[in-house]
Amino acid sequence: MDNLINYTLRIADNALILGQRMSQWCSNGPTLEEDIAMVNISLDLFGQANGFYEYASSIDGNKSADDFAFLRSEREYFNNLIVEQGNGHFGDTIVRNFLFDTYSVLFYTKLQNSSDDTLAALSSKSLKEAKYHLRHSSNWLIRLGDGTDESNKKVQKSLNDIWMFTGNLFEMDELDTDMLNKGIGIDNSLLKSEWDKKVNDTLSSAKLNRPEDGYMQTGSKEGIHTEHLGHLLSEMQFLQRAHPNAKW
Amino acid sequence: MQNGNTNKIWELLNTVPDPEIPVISVVELGVIRDVKFTNNSFLILITPTYSGCPATKTFQDDISSCLKENEITNFELKIKYDPPWTTDWMSDSTKEKLRKYGIAPPSNIVICPQCNSKNTSLISEFGATACKSLFKCIDCLEPFEFFKCI
Repeated sequence: MDNLINYTLRIADNALILGQRMSQWCSNGPTLEEDIAMVNISLDLFGQANGFYEYASSIDGNKSADDFAFLRSEREYFNNLIVEQGNGHFGDTIVRNFLFDTYSVLFYTKLQNSSDDTLAALSSKSLKEAKYHLRHSSNWLIRLGDGTDESNKKVQKSLNDIWMFTGNLFEMDELDTDMLNKGIGIDNSLLKSEWDKKVNDTLSSAKLNRPEDGYMQTGSKEGIHTEHLGHLLSEMQFLQRAHPNAKW
Repeated sequence: MQNGNTNKIWELLNTVPDPEIPVISVVELGVIRDVKFTNNSFLILITPTYSGCPATKTFQDDISSCLKENEITNFELKIKYDPPWTTDWMSDSTKEKLRKYGIAPPSNIVICPQCNSKNTSLISEFGATACKSLFKCIDCLEPFEFFKCI
């Protein structure tokens, strides 16, 4: 049962942490429409996270969804490293989200066939939203990459800088293998070739060069994160830490 | 305590408006998937529109209040995620209500709700609520909301 909880938390944490990142754009968007768009995406992600945390909570029987979201320390989060990376400028955010959204669509497409009914149902729900998010990030990536010399240079740099966090998405560890063998989880490594194809297609429309697959940062499956997660959590968890059990 | 008349429950639910688009009811929105009567209690199955839609909590509260006002206390609301909500569950008459209210209903062709022109263009993929995007009409120049197809 512990493995199923932790597997569910990995999915929930990805949605929560990216949702928190997108919420940081609230009132800081480059235009009013984009501000609203990014906060809408954030809301979808928080909703997805909530569904998965509620499920983890129901298996655990002890901790609530809020306990999982707000009362764990940095080392107890299992989100992929890419989602915790800072928002940077608008292009940095678009590149990060595009790479993750592409993965997310492939991930949920597979997981909706899970033998676990709840994970399957939550995945088919999340998939619809992930597809919409991908449409948003792909369209912007093409506009920025195939825009002016300056916008192209900026997003090319965003892409080069974040590339080393993409390998982490396709890793498999013992827990993943156990879930795969039980028919519950999926094989992340098998998503890579389809992800490569889709990413390459969009990058070529955006007139961007795909970076080389060099050194890839790892660690999220053991709860080892980049320096960005701690700062994000200190902001996100402040209220629950300062006023334990505060309710909205 | 109500006996097992689920039709009565459907009738009452049909009077609960969507909190964000009050011209349609929660039944017309398609979020009420089933009403069952088991063990002397009504089980109402709800499928949320978008995972994070803040209206989901509001209309659950509204449904509870409506039933209680009508002296029905033996009920339970339950979230059902599968199959996921789709705009295909909206009837033509519901779509017509949306159009009259000024929101272009879900459709493959986005038609201006003001002047019926098909000559429209996207302003933003996202709008004021999770379920809508923003368009403008090239002919009458009015901006309007479009109910996203999902």
